[in-house]
Amino acid sequence: MHAFGARKRARHVREWIIEKLLFASAIVSVFTTLAILGVLLFEAIDFFKQVSILEFFTETRWTPLFKPQHFGILPLVWDTILVTIIALTVAVPVGLGSAIFLSEYAPDRLRRIVKPVLEILAGVPTVVYGYFALTFVTPFLQNFFPEMIVFNALSAGLVMGVMIIPMVSSLSEDAMLAVPQSFREGAYALGAHKHEVVLRIVVPSALSGIVASFILAISRAIGETMIVSIAAGSTPKLTINPLESIQTMTGYITQISLGEAPFGSLEYRTIFSVGLTLFIMVLVVNLIGQWVARRYWKRY
Amino acid sequence: MPSDVKIDVRGLNVWLGDNHVLKNIEVGLKPNAVTAVMGPSGCGKTTFIRAINRLNELIEGSRTTGEIYIDGENIYSKETNIYELRRRVGMVFQKINPFPKSIFDNVAFGPRIHGVESEEELQKIVERSLREAALWDEVYDRLKDSALDLSGGQQQRLCIARALAVNPEIILLDEPCSALDPAATAKIEALMRKLAEKYTVIIVTHNMQQAARVSDFTVFLYLGELVEYGSTKSVFENPKSELTEKYITGEFG
Amino acid sequence: MMVTRKSSRKRSVVRKVKGGILYSLCLIGIIIGLVSLAILLYDAFADGLPWLDFQFLISFPSRFPEQAGILAALFGSIWVVGLTAIISFPLGVGTALYLEEYAPQNRLTSFIQLNIANLAGVPSIVYGILGLGLFVEALALGRSVLAGALTMTLLILPVIIIASQEAIRSVPRAYREGAYALGATRWQVTRGIVLPQAFPGMLTGTILALSRAIGEAAPMIAIAALVYVRFVPTGPLDRFTVMPIQIFNWVSLPQPEFRGLAAAGILVLLAVLLGMNSIAIFIRNRYQKRAR
Repeated sequence: MHAFGARKRARHVREWIIEKLLFASAIVSVFTTLAILGVLLFEAIDFFKQVSILEFFTETRWTPLFKPQHFGILPLVWDTILVTIIALTVAVPVGLGSAIFLSEYAPDRLRRIVKPVLEILAGVPTVVYGYFALTFVTPFLQNFFPEMIVFNALSAGLVMGVMIIPMVSSLSEDAMLAVPQSFREGAYALGAHKHEVVLRIVVPSALSGIVASFILAISRAIGETMIVSIAAGSTPKLTINPLESIQTMTGYITQISLGEAPFGSLEYRTIFSVGLTLFIMVLVVNLIGQWVARRYWKRY
Repeated sequence: MPSDVKIDVRGLNVWLGDNHVLKNIEVGLKPNAVTAVMGPSGCGKTTFIRAINRLNELIEGSRTTGEIYIDGENIYSKETNIYELRRRVGMVFQKINPFPKSIFDNVAFGPRIHGVESEEELQKIVERSLREAALWDEVYDRLKDSALDLSGGQQQRLCIARALAVNPEIILLDEPCSALDPAATAKIEALMRKLAEKYTVIIVTHNMQQAARVSDFTVFLYLGELVEYGSTKSVFENPKSELTEKYITGEFG
Repeated sequence: MMVTRKSSRKRSVVRKVKGGILYSLCLIGIIIGLVSLAILLYDAFADGLPWLDFQFLISFPSRFPEQAGILAALFGSIWVVGLTAIISFPLGVGTALYLEEYAPQNRLTSFIQLNIANLAGVPSIVYGILGLGLFVEALALGRSVLAGALTMTLLILPVIIIASQEAIRSVPRAYREGAYALGATRWQVTRGIVLPQAFPGMLTGTILALSRAIGEAAPMIAIAALVYVRFVPTGPLDRFTVMPIQIFNWVSLPQPEFRGLAAAGILVLLAVLLGMNSIAIFIRNRYQKRAR
């Protein structure tokens, strides 16, 4: 009787310990988010003690490494948006077109070969894309745009677009494949052509997933670092000319990190204020994405 | 060819992959009547009616030989406009499949893709179709609501209205009541008898009582072959084939 | 009846043309994607192959391109990824086990789940900033391999957790119920039934996450900063560099020879990636067959 009792208690204790350990692992993820916010806010607050928030958001020049110093984030934000727009003009049509092709037109065997190959685009490290943008795309485009500078927004944006293609195509394709075959058959039975079935039934039914893929692509493009650091330049400016050299938020953070600004200096703190802005931007985009996806969701 | 035959099936063979599903079917189906297609599971009933609107061709690996004449024209000839064919031959599915759109847009989908653009005309078509499908009185004040808000029976009648909206001549129904309760089933059976006054109605059913209630003629298929065809009365009361008799008395199937 | 009138015949043609246009556009789309990949790879090979030799693999970077090599970065990558694997695997698997087998269905659990999904979408450079502020500065680990590994762990943890959760979910409920019915405790079921069954999936997910990690430059730049490293790390507190940073450094130099070196570095990196991905896919295929 007692022997059973002791074994049972020991087992209970062991189970309890294990559960608490596993719970602790799970808490690490919560801790990560808190740490991100903590670190960003902690240093950023120090930054904003020296630079007014007003200047940060309204000044149109960003020159922390030159005298006179200006700390206006607008050029960095705008350049980030500019590159993102260029990337989307590649990724959205190509990604969506690929998704439609793979899901509605390609026979099963072709799909099984092409889809993983397209996925490889997602696995290529971004440094490789950066290399490609600088050493191939820029010289290639300079044939058409002689006034293009070596570091420019267009090359970086286009290559970034290529990198994002699998994101759009994979998620959109999954969304389209989830549309039940019975919908398609209903439309065919009414005498619809294939493109009418695709554009009027499949795509609208899959819209929630398709839009989600766009939003994901946007947030990925905003946060991308290496392509712009290598190929876009280091001169933040408010321009709509993609042939000029610019600098995104991520590009700046790379630049200042490599410069090894002394810990605690104002220049060092810009890492965190820019980082915080970046983090909030991505967060807002993701939240918009979730809201939009829910709004377009068609149940079936 | 007798002029009272609407759909004339000659030497129809269908393969789905390696499976020889329909073997040399020959039958003439009459207009303005309800014809039931019956038989045990797997005998090829669904494949048979899908051959009439050539929907089998959506399946990868399908092959069809033989001819089907509708009003004297072979729908399997090279000149056939398959989209026009499918407009002329409407289909209602076993798995009830309204589009995830509003009630109005569901019914208007067919006319829209076939060229009707005026909103006024679409309104008229939608109302006519919903009335013909005995659904108008239940939905006239909520046409913009999602079709998925309707009950199962209403959704199926919506699918019938959707098929009627493009002015077909033939309506194919594949076990339309298998997912419905008895009350909804009764409504649809009454609807089919009414539709037969204007259209040629072909219904696949595995429910013999339903076939006896609803149809004027019966086709009995077994393992891909046509075993018997005749007026429902004669097939049920005086089956020519022993196989038919066995099926009707419930010995198998 | 099937004979179509003239007006609807014209409509038919218009509709057919529209169909052809859609098909062509989609086909062009997918061709663009595939061709871009082909050009990318060809470019890297064409530039890099002439510079890729044994000497490249065993040399340190140098001012003279002919003598430069990727040794420091290669070992730095191995150190960081190795340490990351050791830390992140148990953490990720533990979290997944907790969420799938132990966690009650309450607000806290949903919050944790949502949080993980959000973390997966945070840009990698933000993790670099986190690592800089937390590990390098606050915990005074300096710009060391350990700081880099801890940062990388946090970066890939969401990926490992999600993949492991999928693997755990694919274990049929019937197995668990059979074990519980015999009187097993939760941990006994988890350890004896769930974990062995889900292990290949978890391993595959982790290896794929690590292969992503090895190609990440941004967070490591924030941590390691120094790009001209002429030594191999000998301990977790040493400074380091990784292959993507070395490639980045070479590509940023103006002399064309360094472009070639960068491309050679890319080839080495791609080779390592290919190796890791192949191992992951091999594991997945081997154990998927057995489960049948």
